[in-house]
Amino acid sequence: MPHLAVNDVRAKYGSLEVLKGITFSIEKGEIAALVGPSGSGKSTVLRALMGLTPITGGAVDIAGETMNYSSAKEVRAARDRMAVVFQQYNLFQNMTVMQNLTLAPLKIKKWDKSEVMSEARRLLGLVGLSDKAEAYSDQLSGGQQQRVALARALALKPQILLLDEVTSALDPELVNEVLDAIRKLADEGMTMVIVSHEMAFVREVADKVVFMDAGQIIEAGTPAELFDTPKTDRARDFFSKILRH
Amino acid sequence: MERILDQIPRFFSGPNLLLLLESAGLTLAMTLMGCLIGFGLAFVLVYLRQTPGLWAMPLRLICILYVEVFRRIPFIVVVYLVLFFIQTVTPNASLFTIAVIAICLYAVAYTADIIRGGLESVPRAQVEAAEAMNLSRLQTNLRIVLPQAWPVIVPPAIAFAVSFIKDTALVSQVGVFELTFRGKELNNQGYSGILVFGTIALCYFLMSFPLSMLGQYLEKRLATPRGQRRTRKIWFT
Repeated sequence: MPHLAVNDVRAKYGSLEVLKGITFSIEKGEIAALVGPSGSGKSTVLRALMGLTPITGGAVDIAGETMNYSSAKEVRAARDRMAVVFQQYNLFQNMTVMQNLTLAPLKIKKWDKSEVMSEARRLLGLVGLSDKAEAYSDQLSGGQQQRVALARALALKPQILLLDEVTSALDPELVNEVLDAIRKLADEGMTMVIVSHEMAFVREVADKVVFMDAGQIIEAGTPAELFDTPKTDRARDFFSKILRH
Repeated sequence: MERILDQIPRFFSGPNLLLLLESAGLTLAMTLMGCLIGFGLAFVLVYLRQTPGLWAMPLRLICILYVEVFRRIPFIVVVYLVLFFIQTVTPNASLFTIAVIAICLYAVAYTADIIRGGLESVPRAQVEAAEAMNLSRLQTNLRIVLPQAWPVIVPPAIAFAVSFIKDTALVSQVGVFELTFRGKELNNQGYSGILVFGTIALCYFLMSFPLSMLGQYLEKRLATPRGQRRTRKIWFT
């Protein structure tokens, strides 16, 4: 049974259908990468999974439990099992790094305080920011903020981690520090769905690549299959354009 | 001019000063109580106004209507309305209570829009990050949005309170013994109008100026990014 199965998920903005039935699945410990041109709906898939964009059809299975986001309770259940890292980090500006990491574990999950604190410190070590626990986000670089955001998501102990273009807003020299942190997570066996334009990185870490265009999945397969021998013209066209440089 | 100089020693006598001090205190107490309670209630109003869902539509409409109506009525009319309404319900309510209620009702409408603007100035992405962690709407507002909205809310809210110290002069119309009312009394006792109202003007200035200063201090402090503030925790975060 797949760890995450997205079944015919649909979403609309007004009358515009932005997700026209998205279906894919991954096993525990696998990484799926959603790729495609801007406006193809990649980020919307992640937003739909987190209940930030309401879905108009379909369902999502997480570790065998089916969720259709039809009630506030169902949305909460889905959010309880996943965590998301946004392109713009979205750290809480009024809180220190440590407060960002511990807010939801303490107030929402209501976990034991000493365990939450020591886990938060471990995660800051993992992303290489042990010395920034008391800093505010305006004292951190973009790359540091994004690594904090990654640690904040991990502090929720998600079954699935969603990464939404996490390096797109960063200066080029800061991209690698964030990618390195994600590589570590991949090595630890974290199940992830990532939206990324870093094709070399996708080829390296992803088990499955899902190519989307105009709210639909055009083609899915292993990185080698999609990048080297795409079956559809649309995918061949897209990859030939972005892999050249 | 001679007459004014003659009157000065008599005017600044103990009983008169006590009277002025008392009425200045009353003016300040009325304004602060009305504005503080009004400010608190305005938060509740804004929170209710932001209730999502179709079922909450009447609630949202009532909140919008309240703000729009009260912002379009002159304050003195609100005072008279409260006066006659309260006196119908409880004939022996004090004029001070009536004045505070009127100020409160008016302050709710004005500060609600200030608060709403402040909350809306916080990027939507902050709210989504909180939602994705399952924070409730109340938790998100109290822990994430409001602390970041203070820099936008505090300066105009204090400016409102400062200007309202002056506007409370209008409640002298219904006979509350506040500063302007006492001024009229002293003037009627034969003291020079220039002397009396000059002193009264000074009293108003002395009351509102420190509050303006406080507002400017807070505005500067709140505009400083958190990492650069000298003491990290500040009293209302």
